[in-house]
Amino acid sequence: MVTLILRSFGKMKGVMACEHDLNLKATELRLGLPGTDESEKHLVSNAKNNKRALPESVQDSGSNANSEAKQEIAPASKAQIVGWPPVRSYRKNNLQMKKTEAETGIYVKVSMDGAPYLRKIDLKVYNKYPQLLKALEIMFKLTIGDYSEREGYKGSEYAPAYEDKDGDLMLVGDVPWDMFISSCKRLRIIKGSEARDLGCGM
Amino acid sequence: MQTDPNPKKSKDSPSNSANTESTQLPSPFPDEVLEKVLSFLNSDKDRSSVSLVCKDWYNAERWTRTKLFIGNCYSVSPEIVARRFSKIKSVTLKGKPRFSDFNLVPQNWGADVHYWLTMFANVYPFLEELRLKRMTVSDESLELLATAFPGFRALSLMSCDGFSTDGLKAIATHCRNLTELDIQDTDIDDFSGGWLSCFPENFGSLEVLNFASLDSEVNFDALERLVSRCKSLRVLKVNKSITLDQLQRLLLRAPQLMELGTGSFQEDLLPGQIGDLGNAFGNCKNLQTLSGLWEVTSIYLPVLYAACASLTFLNLSYAALRSVEFGNLLAHCPNLRRLWVLDTVEDKGLEAVGSSCPLLEELRVFPADPYDQHLHRGVTESGFVAVSRGCSKLHYVLYFCWQMTNAAVATIVQNCPNFTHFRLCIMNPGRPDYLTNEPMDEAFGAVVKTCTKLQRLSVSGLLTDLTFEYIGKYAKNLETLSVAFAGSSDRAMQFVLEGCPKLRKLEIRDCPFGNAALLSGLEKYETMRSLWMSSCNVTINACRRLAREMPRLNVEVMKDKESDDSQADKVYVYRSVAGPRKDAPPFVLTL
Repeated sequence: MVTLILRSFGKMKGVMACEHDLNLKATELRLGLPGTDESEKHLVSNAKNNKRALPESVQDSGSNANSEAKQEIAPASKAQIVGWPPVRSYRKNNLQMKKTEAETGIYVKVSMDGAPYLRKIDLKVYNKYPQLLKALEIMFKLTIGDYSEREGYKGSEYAPAYEDKDGDLMLVGDVPWDMFISSCKRLRIIKGSEARDLGCGM
Repeated sequence: MQTDPNPKKSKDSPSNSANTESTQLPSPFPDEVLEKVLSFLNSDKDRSSVSLVCKDWYNAERWTRTKLFIGNCYSVSPEIVARRFSKIKSVTLKGKPRFSDFNLVPQNWGADVHYWLTMFANVYPFLEELRLKRMTVSDESLELLATAFPGFRALSLMSCDGFSTDGLKAIATHCRNLTELDIQDTDIDDFSGGWLSCFPENFGSLEVLNFASLDSEVNFDALERLVSRCKSLRVLKVNKSITLDQLQRLLLRAPQLMELGTGSFQEDLLPGQIGDLGNAFGNCKNLQTLSGLWEVTSIYLPVLYAACASLTFLNLSYAALRSVEFGNLLAHCPNLRRLWVLDTVEDKGLEAVGSSCPLLEELRVFPADPYDQHLHRGVTESGFVAVSRGCSKLHYVLYFCWQMTNAAVATIVQNCPNFTHFRLCIMNPGRPDYLTNEPMDEAFGAVVKTCTKLQRLSVSGLLTDLTFEYIGKYAKNLETLSVAFAGSSDRAMQFVLEGCPKLRKLEIRDCPFGNAALLSGLEKYETMRSLWMSSCNVTINACRRLAREMPRLNVEVMKDKESDDSQADKVYVYRSVAGPRKDAPPFVLTL
């Protein structure tokens, strides 16, 4: 069942306001299937690379609300149309795999020496290293130093490391980002002397 | 199209012997000469024309035909074929209706090749080539093929089902003279990659090997040895299990390759290995076609650059590239004639196509996310326009998008008036011109008015009967038309049936066309290969009437479980000299 709700002019305000006032979110008018939380999608999609920010596209549909509304309902209910769009099964199956990757993300465990339990982080959400490191800093309430190729992470007693496909412990930041997210199996925040060892002599 | 192999000849016997059976004028040429002359004819259409001239020519043609092309396996029976032709060495058979690609045809519908093969084993033991499309092929059939035809050389299976890797084992084991094994877009039971190891150690005749659509890992050593032995190998398309390192080794063994399908690019390579791979590609001076490239990312694209200068066909439709890296790659491919991409390259990527590929003749843009209802990324009308500006030789396009305008299409065909194949899929069913909110009638009107050579058309978007009026009026060379979620009334279908003299295949789904439309094409259907109508407004009674009035048509109906008794949910009509088929499953009503 589709819920048709018109976007109000206060939508940007609504998105931001929802972080402070839950009630506003409940009464927020927006277009979409019941169960999809567009505001969350919006925040996440901005973090991803190169995607059009949702408010823009939704703004378009807002201005043509009446004509678009009909189309927006129809596709949602027609999401179940057999054989449409006309893409061959073989191709669909190959793309499906890509899609589930995109949807489920790349979740890896993050451990920190001395912490009682591990955390999990979705690498797909980040575009590059600084964003990931910032997220780790926030999650574990620590500071990671500045990266340099020569010396690793200077300026803190923590260094971010990861286990790659071969099981080796590697310093985060040495390889291009795309290569990193495809080979990273888990993250480890190393502390103290081990951190210094990892940083130097590489 | 009638080609006269010997102009002098036509003055003399043929017309005479056709008119006067009693006065048997001696043919100025012995049969052998006529047969020799006709043996140079390869085109199926030419041979058909030749066979209609007179009895002598009919016979001479049938005794010299070696290649059999059957576009609908049910249009003729194996017995009829066996009676007419005796020297067949190559067979092409097509089975299920095209909409079976989109799950509109249930499993076990038919098009099983086995009965054909048992006939061929008796009548054409010297069969060398078999090319099947949308047919069901069992392992038993493959075993028969492998053992009953000692000279068998080439097997091509496109969009086929019903077999497993066990059947491939039989082919590899027994076909001593195999030059071609080409498996495409095939959904089979892949038990193991062991079939590849079944090629004997002294076997080296392969020229074409395509196992890209199989999943399981093959024995790499066996593959490497096979590739080394097959000195004439010109097409090699491996599956995803082949790593980059292995690919590099294969390329070193076969630098003469003209068509390459890579394995998966999802792998970490050391810089040295990347360099080696780039060199291996650089060694392939004859590469014209490149495909595969699953999961290729921007880091690895540069290894391809050295091989790109000679590329004429680049298939990136399994690689989710972005515009920048795609543009960089294209800059190295000035000779591209055919390009298949995913819409992740977006309009910017297509602008790069327009500026880098002046020789482009064919473009296919596939949707990376066909079910994406809300974000609607991908390409738009601007990308298509950009390509048309830079690629004046473009004549084949398949374009999936979420929005289009009448004005854009008009511009596109003005830039590229030579379209022979125009397949536009606006993925939101019934979407109007998103700027003017009008139907897309004028877009397709522009296509058929401007592109006089148009052979194939797929329409989409919000369309009224006017689109079809245009098609009927202008598309005089149209052979294949695909329609979905379009039209307002029966008149639409009637315009097409009345107006398109060369129409061979008409496939329609989810359109408001009813009995009047169906029954307006009675004689027309005998001039066509087939008609498919699903989820329209046709009743079983109308189909019965069609079947009654046109005995040389097979009228088959399939019903959906939920629909009411009188509705003919799926209708498949095709001409046949073989009568109703005997292998129809219970869910297919033959009327």
